Amino acid sequence: MEYFLQLFLGGLSRGSIYALIALGYTMVYGIIELINFAHGEIYMIGAFMGLIVAGVLTAMGWPTLSILVIALIIAVLYSAAYGYTVEKIAYKPLRGAPRLAPLISAIGMSILLQNYVMLAQTPDFLPFPRLIPDLEFMGPYANFLATSDLFIIITSISVMVALTMFIKFTRMGKAMRATAQNRKMAMLVGVNVDQVISVTFMVGSGLAAVGGVLIASHIGQINFAIGFLAGIKAFTAAVLGGIGSIPGAVLGGLVLGWTESFAAGYISSDYEDVFAFCLLVLILIFRPAGLLGKQRSQKV
Amino acid sequence: MKSRWFLTVLGVAMAGLMAVGCGGEKKEEKKADAAANATAAAPAKKLVLGVAGAHSGDIASYGLPTLNAAKLVAKELNAKGGVNGMQVEVLAMDDQCKPELATNAATKLVSEKVAIVVGHTCSGPTKAALPIYKDAKVVVMSPSATSTELTQVGNYPNFFRTISYDLIQGKAAAEFAMSELKVKKVAIIHDKGDYGKGFAESAQKTFADGKTVTVALFEGITTGGVDYSAVVQKIKASGADCVLYGGYYPEASKIITQMHKKGVKIHFISDDGVKDDTFIKTAGVDAEGAYATGPQVLADNEVFKKAAADHEKEFGSKPGAFFPQAYAAAQALLNAVAKAGSTDYDKVVAALHSELIETPVGKIKFDAKGDAEGASFSVYQVKNGKYELVK
Repeated sequence: MEYFLQLFLGGLSRGSIYALIALGYTMVYGIIELINFAHGEIYMIGAFMGLIVAGVLTAMGWPTLSILVIALIIAVLYSAAYGYTVEKIAYKPLRGAPRLAPLISAIGMSILLQNYVMLAQTPDFLPFPRLIPDLEFMGPYANFLATSDLFIIITSISVMVALTMFIKFTRMGKAMRATAQNRKMAMLVGVNVDQVISVTFMVGSGLAAVGGVLIASHIGQINFAIGFLAGIKAFTAAVLGGIGSIPGAVLGGLVLGWTESFAAGYISSDYEDVFAFCLLVLILIFRPAGLLGKQRSQKV
Repeated sequence: MKSRWFLTVLGVAMAGLMAVGCGGEKKEEKKADAAANATAAAPAKKLVLGVAGAHSGDIASYGLPTLNAAKLVAKELNAKGGVNGMQVEVLAMDDQCKPELATNAATKLVSEKVAIVVGHTCSGPTKAALPIYKDAKVVVMSPSATSTELTQVGNYPNFFRTISYDLIQGKAAAEFAMSELKVKKVAIIHDKGDYGKGFAESAQKTFADGKTVTVALFEGITTGGVDYSAVVQKIKASGADCVLYGGYYPEASKIITQMHKKGVKIHFISDDGVKDDTFIKTAGVDAEGAYATGPQVLADNEVFKKAAADHEKEFGSKPGAFFPQAYAAAQALLNAVAKAGSTDYDKVVAALHSELIETPVGKIKFDAKGDAEGASFSVYQVKNGKYELVK
């Protein structure tokens, strides 16, 4: 039973890591139906920015928790700027083009950003400082769940709730939903569609940066390629939960995390990816739109 | 008309060569002048030593010290009058540790009629390039390609190496765990790659032969993962008192960090893919006490001391990874050519098998399969943020 609980909690923390990255993916898809393959790279750039800020502030002797907060804020702003620019350069000129064109452009952007960071920074792995302090009351439970795990789980859930509220109850959220339903119609009733899409990208990229900083400080190392694998897993989670659905991203992440954790724990970690992707195939056979995705009839 | 053109081009080319020569030391300038005067004389005979490996790219830090070592050996021999009266010239070919570039490099070296090559840096590229060298009867010696099959399968009689191989490395790690750490139950984890799995399997076999240790767990993990808590819990549940990891440092540091987070504080032994300062940097305090095997370095070896001093004088820095092995490889190849009296393939190979030579890795010759006799692995431990020799 203890073993089961350990695996369950391990899967929970792994799943919420996937969920945190998947939220940005699914939000962009939900609004403009574009799979933003550069999302993983924005996550990586956020982590690098966090590392730079943390390095400077540590040298100045700031306390850990304030470093974490400031590193998060700066990484979010920096990544949001990146998201804004990427959208303007790589996706906006292709707005009227067939859906495949921006997809290719996204893959190109992903390769460009990876190589840019590799050349500008370093191809080596860099140590990332542990910015999330170990809370004392968690001490006896560290065997099951470390403080950083708890931190990531709480962040994923609260980001999910905040995003849902944002889209349901704010003016901008309303404009986003309108754009998602019918871009042309939204334009006709006075929604500034370009602005809405820019904001979507900035929010999505900011979320990626939150994930980047928290996850890097949980794992303790980064390099230029971390965005690729994390991006693939998060994408899987988003599809599993129903791409475009915000609670779906979290559910998908958790299901993926649990599947991997139990497969590794009870069968063999040699096969954890095999089980994870078998599950994906199974779910997509029975629910093609994902767990929480809306079944929509296609316009022909 | 045509022959005139040819002469003009030749003249320009010679002028270019002289300009290059002038950039060097005074002695070379004189030589260039002499060569220019004696236009009819055949060019002085040269012995070309090919050096192929990762000279750029991700792991250039593993390949460049080899090039430096070859240059130093060539310089030293040239000062003594060369090999068989020929001056040794180093010809570098970059493969970036990529198999497809390695075959290009090999083809190029073969077309330049190079008979002896130090290289390549990585096992994969070495494996890709060897058939080309074999067909052209080129003798190849690697300072760092440790894949067991390169020599042990016996496909390449033209291949030698001055480093020991993964099978021996896994055995060294396992024997250390049995005899020095006295472990009873061990969990073996690997990264599913050729190198990591090879190390893990050879350790497993050694434990099985030793009979004092039970292997409680043998599993592969996915590289680049965000979380290894499931496998850590499994290690914990298995009751092992030692973890043996085959693979590279990024995963090793994640695993050891998570182990300590979950309160699993048992011995951690790994391979020379982890015996790198980056492991200590990324794992931080968690790296403390971890063991890793690495090529044996004889710190009190006279040849090594001299070679390291020469390196500091020539390049202004301490020698890098695999430098002693590379120095030994260049020495052994050139010595074999000297003993054989020519670059004749059969004679050079015979000389490599029979002639002992004093190198930075000890006094070596090569066994029937092409491995250096006497080269082996040592065990290191992280102490106060540095790898220190244990055994």
